[in-house]
Amino acid sequence: MLPRSMALKSTALRQASDLDLEHEASRSSVAPSAPRSGSGKSPNARVFVTERLSLWYGTSRALNDVSLEIAEKRVTAFIGPSGCGKSTLLRCFNRLNDLVDGVRVEGDVLFEGQSIYAPDLDVNSLRKRVGMVFQKSNPFPKSIYENVAYGCRIHGIKKKALLDEIIEQSLRGAALWGEVKDRLQESALGLSGGQQQRLCIARAIAIEPDVLLLDEPCSALDPVATAKIEDLIHQLKERYTIVIVTHNMQQAARVSDQTAFMYIGELVETGPTQEIFTNPKKRQTEDYITGRFG
Amino acid sequence: MTMLGMTSRRRSTERLGQVFTWMCAGALALNLLLAVGLLILIGMHGLAYFWQASVTEIELKDGTRLIGEVHGIEAVPTADAAWEGEQRMRLKIGNRDLYGLDFRWLRESEIETVTTPDEVVLLERLEWGNFYGRMVELRQAGSPVAAGSEAVLAALPDLHQRQMALRESIESLEHGEMGEVNYELEKLRLEERAVRMRGDDARASADLARMERTQAQLDERYRELAAELTAMRDRLHDVVLVMRDAGGQTKEIAVGEIVRVVQPNSMGTLASVRLYLGRIVEFVSGAPRESNTEGGIFPAIFGTVMMVFLMSFAVVPFGVLAALYLREYAKDGPMVRAVRIAVNNLAGVPSIVFGVFGLGFFVYLIGGTIDQLFYAEALPTPTFGTGGILWASLTLALLTVPVVIVAAEEGLAAVPRVVREGSLALGATKFETIWRVVLPAASPGILTGMILAMARAAGEVAPLMIVGMVKLAPSLPVDGYFPYVHLERKFMHLGFHIYDVGFQSPNVEASQPLVFATALLLVGVVIGMNFVAIVVRNRVRRSYATSAV
Repeated sequence: MLPRSMALKSTALRQASDLDLEHEASRSSVAPSAPRSGSGKSPNARVFVTERLSLWYGTSRALNDVSLEIAEKRVTAFIGPSGCGKSTLLRCFNRLNDLVDGVRVEGDVLFEGQSIYAPDLDVNSLRKRVGMVFQKSNPFPKSIYENVAYGCRIHGIKKKALLDEIIEQSLRGAALWGEVKDRLQESALGLSGGQQQRLCIARAIAIEPDVLLLDEPCSALDPVATAKIEDLIHQLKERYTIVIVTHNMQQAARVSDQTAFMYIGELVETGPTQEIFTNPKKRQTEDYITGRFG
Repeated sequence: MTMLGMTSRRRSTERLGQVFTWMCAGALALNLLLAVGLLILIGMHGLAYFWQASVTEIELKDGTRLIGEVHGIEAVPTADAAWEGEQRMRLKIGNRDLYGLDFRWLRESEIETVTTPDEVVLLERLEWGNFYGRMVELRQAGSPVAAGSEAVLAALPDLHQRQMALRESIESLEHGEMGEVNYELEKLRLEERAVRMRGDDARASADLARMERTQAQLDERYRELAAELTAMRDRLHDVVLVMRDAGGQTKEIAVGEIVRVVQPNSMGTLASVRLYLGRIVEFVSGAPRESNTEGGIFPAIFGTVMMVFLMSFAVVPFGVLAALYLREYAKDGPMVRAVRIAVNNLAGVPSIVFGVFGLGFFVYLIGGTIDQLFYAEALPTPTFGTGGILWASLTLALLTVPVVIVAAEEGLAAVPRVVREGSLALGATKFETIWRVVLPAASPGILTGMILAMARAAGEVAPLMIVGMVKLAPSLPVDGYFPYVHLERKFMHLGFHIYDVGFQSPNVEASQPLVFATALLLVGVVIGMNFVAIVVRNRVRRSYATSAV
C-alpha cells in the first residue's frame, strides 16, 4: 500500500486540523487520532518487524541478529550504552544507513508486512511514511515556513492555501505555532535549540508519516526544552508510531511504552517499559539500569 | 618555589610567545603597508596626470625661447666631474608638428629666465598632441574674424562650439549612415558569394541580378554620403586659429581639430578643478587617440569588464557541476583523489600555456570549424577562426576553473551531513536534496570561488595576447548592428593597454603618466567587480547560512 494517494492524505489532514484547533488551548488534552489508512488494525498491530537483522560497516559488525517488533501507535524506546547500535538499528527503519559507504545488511525488516530491503522498494516513498528527527537539530537554511513546506513541496503539494493549512497544522502539532506564527518568513536558524528541534518534528509530521523515528532528540537540549519535547511525544503517540533512541533512562521510563535494551550490537531484552525497569530478566539489563555500567 | 611561581623555562617560553606575536603582527603590518603604498603610489601618479600644471616660458642663454610644462628636475647623471652638481629639467614643449619631439632636457646653466606669462595658451588637439603658444588671429573662410590674444579668446568659444558640433555630425555620418551602407555592402558581398558557392541555376542568376541592382543603389548612396562628408570636412577646416610658438613661428590650426583651449596661468581654482574633472571624464569615457597615448580608454574598460563577465558565465556553471560530481556523486577513492590533485595543479600551469591551448583548440579547431560550417562565404577571412572576446573568455574560464572547483568543493563539504540527511529522511531524492538544500547552502562558497576567478581573470594578460586581445579595436563587441553582441570581435583590455602605452608607444615619456592612470583604473575595475560580487555573496550568506551566526 505504498504510496497513499495525496487526496486521502489531505482529507485526513483537514479533519485532524479541525480537531486540533478545538483542543489547542490545553496542551495536555489529547487530540483524537484522525482516520488513517492503517486505523483498521488492532492497536497492537506490528508496524516494523526485524528478522535476524545484522549490519556491517565495512568489516565491523554493528548489529548482530536483531529480531524485534515495533507496535503501532506506541512509543518504543531503544536504550543502551554508546556504540551499542541503537541509532544504527533506528536508521535501518528508513534505510538511512544506505548512505554510508561499505554498509552491508543481512536479515530483513518488514514494514507493515513488506520487506523494506526488497529490490523494487521505492526508498523515497518509504521515507515519506517513516519520518525522522535527528540528534542534532538540522533545520534547512530557509525560512520557518519553507522548512515545514519542504517535504510537502517535494511530494507535489503546490497550492498555497493547502500549504498554509498544513504548515499551521504541523506547527500546532509540534507545539510551536504560538511561538513562531508571527515570524514564519524568518530564518529557521534564528530559533533556539529547542524550537529548532520542534521545528524538525513539525517538518517530519507535515508529510503525515505513519512512523516517527526520534534519534536522541533531546540530547542537545536543556531540561525545559526536553520537557516540552517529552510532552509532545505523549501527544504524538496518539497518531504516530514512535521509536525513540535515548541515552537517558529516565526519559525512556517517562515516555515509552515498550523498551528495548541493546548491548554491543545485540538486542539483550525487550518488553513493556514497566517490566524492563522494575523487573528485568537479564543480568546485563539490570546492571545497566541500576547504573552499574554504561 | 611556590606552585604559582613561574619556572625559568616557562618564563622564556612566554617571552618567545611574545616575540612570535610581534613577528606575526609585524608581517601583517608590512603586508598592509605594501598594499596601501602600492595604491597610494599608483593613485598619486595616476591622478596627478589630469591636473594642469602652470606653463612656463623659458629663455635660454643662447636666445632660444621655449614654452612648456616642467615635468621634473633632477641631477645630471654623469661621471664627468665638470657636470658635478648640475641640475637638469625635463620640459614638455609639445608642438610635435613643429619640433618633432614632445620633450626637451634643459641644463640649469643654459637657462637665462623663467616666467609664467598669463596669455600663454595650451591647445589639446586631436592630432599632434598639445600646442603651447600665443594666439594671433582667428580666420573664417580666409578672412580674419579677430586679431590679438584677447579678441581671439573672446571670439573663439562660439566658433569652437560650432566646429565641435560639426565634427560630431561628421563622426555620426561616418559611423552612422556610412557605416550602415558599408555594413549593407559587406552583407551583400557575402550573400553574393554564398549564392555563387551554391551553384548555377535560374534562381541564382535571378538573385544575382537583384543583388546587382541593390549594389548599384548602395554605391550611389555611398557616393552621395561621401560627397556630403567632403563638404563637411571642408567646412571643418574653414575656421582656422593662427598660433605663434615661443620662437615666433606661426602655425595655422583648424579649430575643429582642437579638443580644449586652456590658459593655464590665468585659470582660477574652480576652472582648474573643472578642467581636472573634465579630463578624468574624458579619460574614462572617451576613445583613445594618437596610438593610445592620448584620449580615453573606454574601449579597454568595456572589453575588460565584458570579458570578465563572459568568463564568469562560462566558468561558474562548469566549475560547480564538476565540483558537484567530485563531491556528491563520485565514490571517494584513488581516482577521485588523483583528479583532485590534477585540478589543483591545473591552477599552477603558466597562463601563457592556456593561451596557446586556447589558440589551438578554441580559435583554430572550434572557431575554424564554425567558420567552415556557418561562415563559409566569408572565407578566407575568418569570422570565429581568429581571436575574439568569446575565445579569450573561454580560455580564461579554463584558466580559472580550478579555483572555482576548489572553492565550490569546499562550500559543498561545509554543508553539514545532518542537513542532507534531514532532506533525504523526508523522502527527497538525492537530486532534490542537492538542488534544493545543498546548492543554496553552498552558494556563498561558490560565489567566493567566482570572486577569486574574476580577480584572477581581470589581471591576466599573457594568454589573451594570442586569443583576441588587440592594442586598438576598431569597434566595441557590442553595437547597434544585429546581433548586437559580437562575440567574434577582437577587444581591448586594460592590462594590455598598460603594457602597450607604457612600452610600445612611440612617445613613451609622454604616455608614462597614462600608465599609472590606467593601472589605477584597472585596480578600480577589479575592486569594483569584486565589491559587487562580495555584496551579493553576503546577501546570499545571510539567507542560506547553515548555522545561525
